[in-house]
Parts: sequence; C-alpha cells; structure tokens
Amino acid sequence: MRNALMAAGAVVLLAAQPALAQQKSIKIGFVSTFSGPTAVIGNDMRNSFELALDHMGRKMGGIPVEVIYEDDAQKPDVGKQKTEKLIESDKVDFVTGYIWSNVLLASIKPVVDSKTFLISANAGPSQIAGELCSPYFFSTSWQNDQTPQAMGLYMNQKGVKSVFLIGPNYAAGKDMLAGVASTFKGKVVGQELTTWPSQLDFSAELAKAKASGAESIFVFYPGAAGVQFLNQYAASGLKGSVPLYTAFTIDELSLPLQKDNAIGVPGAQEWVNDLPNEQNKKFVADYRKKYTGLRPTYYGAQAYDAAQLINSAVVATKGNLSDKAAVQKAMEKADFKSLRGGFKFGNNHFPIQNFYLQDVVKDADGQLSLKTVATIVKDDQDRFHDKCPMK
Amino acid sequence: MPPKTSLLTLRNIVVALLLIALALLPVYAQLAGDRFALTLFTRIVIMALAAVSLNLILGFGGMMSFGHAVYLGIGGYAVGMLAKEGVYSGFVQWPVAILASALFALVIGALSLRTRGVYFIMITLAFAQMAYYIFAGIARYGGDDGLTIYKRSQFIEALNLSDKVQFYYVCLVILFAAIYLVYRLINSRFGMVLQGVRSNEVRMRAIGFATYRYKLTAFVIAGVLCGLSGALLANQADFVSPSVMYWTRSGDLIIMVVLGGMGTVIGPVMGAIALLVLEEVLSGFTEYWQIILGPLLLLVVLFARGGIDGLLATLGERFTLRRPS
Amino acid sequence: MTLFIEQCLNGLQFGLLLFMLAAGLTLVFGIMDLVNLAHGSLYMLGAYFAATFSALTGSFVLGAILAMLATLLVGMVVEVVAMRRLYGRDHLDHVLGTFGLILFFNESVRLIWGPAGLALPLPGWLQQPISILGFQYSAYKFSIIVVSLIVAGGLYALVMRTRIGMLIRAGASNREMVGALGVNIKLLYTLVFGLGAALAGLAGLMQAPILTVQIGMGENILILAFVITVIGGIGSIRGALVAALLVGFIDTLGRSYLPDMLREVLSPAAASTLAPALSSMLIYLLMAIVLIVKPEGLFSAGQR
Repeated sequence: MRNALMAAGAVVLLAAQPALAQQKSIKIGFVSTFSGPTAVIGNDMRNSFELALDHMGRKMGGIPVEVIYEDDAQKPDVGKQKTEKLIESDKVDFVTGYIWSNVLLASIKPVVDSKTFLISANAGPSQIAGELCSPYFFSTSWQNDQTPQAMGLYMNQKGVKSVFLIGPNYAAGKDMLAGVASTFKGKVVGQELTTWPSQLDFSAELAKAKASGAESIFVFYPGAAGVQFLNQYAASGLKGSVPLYTAFTIDELSLPLQKDNAIGVPGAQEWVNDLPNEQNKKFVADYRKKYTGLRPTYYGAQAYDAAQLINSAVVATKGNLSDKAAVQKAMEKADFKSLRGGFKFGNNHFPIQNFYLQDVVKDADGQLSLKTVATIVKDDQDRFHDKCPMK
Repeated sequence: MPPKTSLLTLRNIVVALLLIALALLPVYAQLAGDRFALTLFTRIVIMALAAVSLNLILGFGGMMSFGHAVYLGIGGYAVGMLAKEGVYSGFVQWPVAILASALFALVIGALSLRTRGVYFIMITLAFAQMAYYIFAGIARYGGDDGLTIYKRSQFIEALNLSDKVQFYYVCLVILFAAIYLVYRLINSRFGMVLQGVRSNEVRMRAIGFATYRYKLTAFVIAGVLCGLSGALLANQADFVSPSVMYWTRSGDLIIMVVLGGMGTVIGPVMGAIALLVLEEVLSGFTEYWQIILGPLLLLVVLFARGGIDGLLATLGERFTLRRPS
Repeated sequence: MTLFIEQCLNGLQFGLLLFMLAAGLTLVFGIMDLVNLAHGSLYMLGAYFAATFSALTGSFVLGAILAMLATLLVGMVVEVVAMRRLYGRDHLDHVLGTFGLILFFNESVRLIWGPAGLALPLPGWLQQPISILGFQYSAYKFSIIVVSLIVAGGLYALVMRTRIGMLIRAGASNREMVGALGVNIKLLYTLVFGLGAALAGLAGLMQAPILTVQIGMGENILILAFVITVIGGIGSIRGALVAALLVGFIDTLGRSYLPDMLREVLSPAAASTLAPALSSMLIYLLMAIVLIVKPEGLFSAGQR
C-alpha cells in the first residue's frame, strides 16, 4: 500500500514536469478600503473576488490560492505601507484591489520595483496609463478619463449645448472632469472642485451651477458623496430645469440610499448587471445567492475579472510564476471570459472596451436597479496610451 | 547606605534592553528573513523621534501643542519638493527641512505662545490645519494626493539610503542623538527653567526669567527635531502628502508621548513602539481593532498616568521592596 | 444678485447648524472645563438614531424627537460613566481620553449599523423647493434655519431667564462658587452635558438628510465647532452664535467666490486646486487672528 502511494506520487510528480519551479500556493495580496464610510466598496470587491475563487474551486491551475486582504483606510500612505508589507513580509505573487487613484499612485513604486504584478481592479489614473506605465501593471477596469469621455459623447448625441462640471479635488476627480471636457463638443461654462473626502455640502457649488446658466451639470462623486450630491441636487429645485449627467455616481451600493432621486439620471459604465453574456448571468445570480440582500457592482465585476486574469496567467504558465516575462505575455492576452463580454489590452495594459449608457428602473421585485439602455462607444481606448513607452 | 540611587532598577534594565534590541533589529531581520520587521521598525524609530521632540515641549515645557505633526509635513515636503525639482542631495534637502521647520516654529511659536491653556491647543491646531490646506492646494506638488519621491536623499557614495539596513541605522543614530540632546538640555540650566515654567510660570517670571524666550527656544528646537523626522519619514515612504499633518496625526503623537510616559526622556520611544506595534497586531487580529484601542486610551488616562515608563518605575519599586536591603 | 442672496442663506443655514453643535461644546467647556473631542460622536449618534427611529415609526418628525431624547440619554450615560472622571484633570487628559471615546463610538456604530451608512429620507413636503422673494430655495434648508433660530432663542431664554440658566452662567464664570452655594453640582453637570448632547444630536439629525448618515461624520465638523467655541470665547453662548455665523458665512462665501477671484491671477487648473484649499484655510486664519488680537476669544465668559 505504501509503495503504491509512493509510486502514484512519483507519477504525479513526473506528470507535472515543471514541478521544481512550481509553487505550493498562489499568494495574492488585496489592498482595498475595509474601514470608514467607503468600506462598502471594499467589501463588495472582496465579496466578488471570493466568489470568483469559489467558482474556480479556490485553485488556480491546480494550485491552492491564498488571499491576504489589507485595509488602506482610503489613505495613500497607509495603502503604500500595506502594499510594502504584502510584498516584503507575505511575499505575494500578485497584488490587486485599489479603489482610489491616489492610493494606487502612492503604492505603485514598491510593487514595480520588486517586479511583482499589480492588477488594479478600479483606479486608473492618467499618469499610469501614460508616462508611468509598467510591464508589471495591468488594469481590469478603465483609465479614469474613459467613462466620463463616453458620457461626453452621449451628451453630444443628446444635443446638449453647455455644461457645468463638479467633482472632488483628487487624482481621479481631476481626470474625470478633464475626460468629459475632452469629448464634449458644447461649452464648459464652469468647473468646481471640492475638498475630498471631507466636503459633503454642495449647496454653494449647486448655486453657482444654477447661476452660470449652464444647460446641464456633470458630476463625479463615488460612494457616499454621490448619495449626498443627488439628495442636494433634488432639494435644490434644479432637477426639472437643469438635467444631471454622471460617471461613477450611481451604482448598486448608492442606489438604496439615493432612492427615487436617482431615477432619470443617466450614467456611463463599462459593466452593467444585465449585460447578456453567460458568465455575467452566473456571476450576478450566484452573487445574490451567496450574499443575500446585496447586489453586485461594477467594482465587484472588475475584481472578479482581476481574479480571472490572474488565473489565466497561472494556467498559461503552468504555475511557473518566476518567469516574469511569460506571466506578462500570458496576461497581455486577456484570455478569459470577462463579465463585460471580453476585452483586449492596449499597449499600456489598460482595457480596450465598450461603454454603455445605464439608467435607473424599477425591477420585477419593485426595487430600483440599473439597466443598460444603449452602447455609447465600442472598443474605446484611453487617450494616454501613446504617452506610454511600452509598445 | 548612602542615598545613592541604584542604576540597576527594573526601569533602567528594560530601557537598556530596549535600546540594545533596537540596535540589533537588522540582525534579527536578516536571520529570520523578516524584511517587513525592518520596514515597520524604521517607521517606529522615525515616529519615536517625532514623539521625543514633542515630549520636549509637552512633557517638559507643559506646552500642549495639538499641531506638532505639521513639522512632519514641512520636513517631508522640503525633501519631496526639492526632489521633484531635481535636487536630490541630502546636503541640501535636510538643511532646508531643518531651516524651514525652525522658521515655521519661530513664527507660529512667537504668535501662539501669547496664549495659554486651551487657546494654545487650538491655535497650534489652527496653524497646522492652515499648513495642511496650503500643501493640499499646490497642484504642482500633488495637492491632496501627495507627492511620490522617486529617489531618496543622496549623501556620499558610501551611504545608500535605499538600502534598508543602512537607512535604519541612519534613523536610529539620529534618534539616539536626539535622545541624548534632550537629556542634556533638560539637565542644563535651560531645562531647569523650562520645567520650572511648567510647574509655575508666574513664579519663574517673578524670579526674573524671561519665560517667553525660554518657551520659544524649546518650541523651535522641538520643531527642528520633528522636521528632521519628517525628512526621514518622506525618505522611508518615498512619498509625502498633506495627510501627515492632519490633526489626527498630531493626536497620534500626543498619544505616543502620554502612553510612554510624559516628561521622561525615554518614555516617548516606548510609547511610539507600543502604539505602532499595537496597531499592527490588533489590526491583524480584528478589523474592529479601534474598539479596543479607544477604551484602552481612556483607561491609560484614568489609571496609568505615568504611562509605560511610570508603570515600570512602580513595578520596579515593588520588586525592590521585597528584598531586604 | 440672486446667487449672492442664495449663498448668504446657505451661509446662514450652515452657521446656525454649527451653532447647535458649538453651543453644547462651549457650555461643557465653560462650566465643567472639559475639552470634549467626542462631541462629534454625539452628533453622529443623533443622525443614526434619527435614521433608525424614523424608519421604525414612519414619521420624520417623530423619529427626530425620539432621536433627540436618545442622544440626551446617551449623553447623560457617557457623562456618568466616563466624563465625570475626567473633570479636574488637565486638558491633555481630556484630549486623549475623549479621542479614545471617538474611536470607540465609531467602531461601535460600525458594529451595530454596519459600515455602509444610512439614509434619512425627507417627507415629501420638505423635498420640494419653495420660492422665497422670487427665487427657488430648498424648503428643507429653510426649515433648518427656522428650527435653529427657535432653538437658539429657547437656549437664550433658558440661560438668561431661568434658575438653571442662572446656575449655568454662574458655573461658567466661577465654578467653585456655585458648588459652595450648595447646588447639586453633580446633577447640574449631568444635565448640562445631556443638553449639549441633545443639541449635538439635533444638529446631526438635521444635517443627516442633506449629508448621508455615516461613520466619522462628526470628526470633520467637530474641529469647526471647536474653532467656533474658541473664537467666540469659551463658555459664551452669545460668542458661539456670533462666531458660528461668521464661520458659516466665511466658509460658504469663500467657497463660492474664491475660485473666480483666483482665476483672475492664476491658471484655471492651479486656481481650481488652490481655491477649495484656501477657503478651508480661511476659517483657521480667522481663528488665529482673533486669538492673536484677543487671546481669550471675542466674548470671554466674564463679560457676557
């Protein structure tokens, strides 16, 4: 019996040829926000990432997966410190997560210096798409400007003549406002940046938007600030006269708090829960089954895709993660079934993908949910990719 | 027995062991392959330096500055802004950090020290918040998002701050030097006056001391030491952002000083180690770690006023009392 | 011109709201000589209670009243359990101990209500904008102004016209004397602390529909309340009112007009980054100037 076992072991060893280079486990570090008011976003990303691992049987290419979650507290310096810990102390093979552009910008140096792969599941600052791009960096989300650019295109289609821009004063906020301004053909009559994340009263900004005589308002406020903005917009009496256009302001996390204030407010997104591909249907259904009472968001869908991207690279390299060039090549293929129905990577490792128009409707249960209305733009690539020296 | 205090008290033994452990930490990190311990303790040593500097005015001078973290930012931005402009030499960066901190401390000290008590707490807070917002508003140096530093300060060929062990020892030597400086200061005539001001300023003035000038001098020295700590912190993090000078960071520094033991030379070092290690351990243990830390702080305030240092001294007394002498 | 009037109303509303918060702080500060950083936590609790109770009762007004009572109760319990032990200690102990309480309250709220935050929806009659002097203004913001003015008036009457008010005033200017007169000082302290807590709770619940109910919502506004207390002079209700209105106007008008002024001299990109930072700074600048000129605040407790 004992001999038989040993023989079987030997066969298994022989079968997996590059066994010497193979690892005991795939270690993934996950940096996101798990405390404070925006912890809901981090929790949703974690839920979806866990669901992806469940779907894979918690193994990648037959190797068990170990995930270490770290809380960045929405602070760049904390995020950087946690990232360093993951690399130095836990010696992870991949780091992923990253909601906030400023946290990502602070954290990217130690990751790239140590030749660890970083997959951003949300943040996409313009610098990293351009001059700071790296072979070790990949994104399963978007470059910040892309989504608002799509919104700008939609506003052109609607024939909007002028807009007033409002957003938070941090890396992504500036990217977003610049993004919409770059595609919008009408006149940008004014722009306001607010202190982030502390300023929550937008009455002064709304009053200025009203006084400016702009035909429309565009905003970017992720998380709780988006709830506050919509509430105040509704109370200001602007809703009937000055329509609102958004990016990343209305999602499944904020919707239960925004309620009817969100109805009729369009947003642009690369993923919506009703995208008609099989993997997405399974994802949404299983998510709602596993986490009762919750609905998946685009943050979660991106985290799910990040897990799939890592898996595809592990499978393609047969678990030999020490060959960095091979891992990079494998990831560049984006060889997995994305929840948004597939995308390719550009030279800067950001996705080239479609953007959809989403609207708020009441679903079968009588609850508010998001619905795809139209495809605004197909195979969109960010406008910074030619600044990236990688070819 | 002559009334000579023994050097071999529990407290002194612990302190000596602590200093030796700090000095030997890189050896452990090397042997155990625990590179993160080195990263963590580099940060702890730097924060200990900031706490030691705060202790000089808070513990010995009785000046409750609630804006001390501002110098972390000023020192850090001196390094970061110069690096952004292509000046990497530490021989330029660090003196600028020190001068800028000294100048800032001189100006706000001169104004703030006209007030006392709660008003002093609030005015130091106000100046720190102003600096916070100024740095948050400069788009060229990253604004709210902070500034990534791509090259650490450069000194001579032989000294490479990017090497973790070398950098750790640089920080440690500076910390030890600062501790020694504070020790010499408080045992000098200057230090005596300063402590006299803490217990009774009116009397000190009546005796004929220009207390304002003594306080201001201490305020500037503390600012300089903390600014240096800021320069180190920016190098350690390769990053500086306005958040290092937010008021809660000043609160953290106060916690370190009080937790370790106010008005003792080595207390703040113990406080910094205790707080940062506690944070690291508790946050690994539960996501809700602040629910433990919060009441713990209240308990320290209510029942252990001397902090860790005081606790060691009390324990030591009990320990020696049991022995016949 | 309508923009200016609207911004002034916004400033007035914000100032009055800050006054609710600062009034309790300045009373506790003046009478018990206690620096209470956890005052912002009571503001947060008021909002959480209001969201919970109005969801339970289905009525915004009823929920608000219950929430005020609940914060009053929590305030008195906190006073008896923790704060009482801090009286007579030095300010440093207050800062540390109550800083610890902030951490405790934040995490407790996260355990009880979860990290997501809550919404406090307004009843329909408060959601519609109303028209004042020919322009549209948020009915809810207007009602905050009205309620705050009533409360401010009530507080003034309480402090200036009643026996308790007399004791409060006496306590603020000479603590030992009140004790020596045989007043039950412990009870007075608990009441005053509870009153401050209820006012903070009221501020929190009034702000809740505009801003969502979330963890840490008290910390940002707490520092503003402290600034007001100090500018106004510790222990002075009148000072708190004047300072709160000053801060409210400066903050709102600064945010509104500073960007345009800066755009005249700087590039638009630099101006839009610098402006929000500078307008946040103005308040601290005001406080520093007041303290340098009058080191005890505008109205110190001795001369109310």
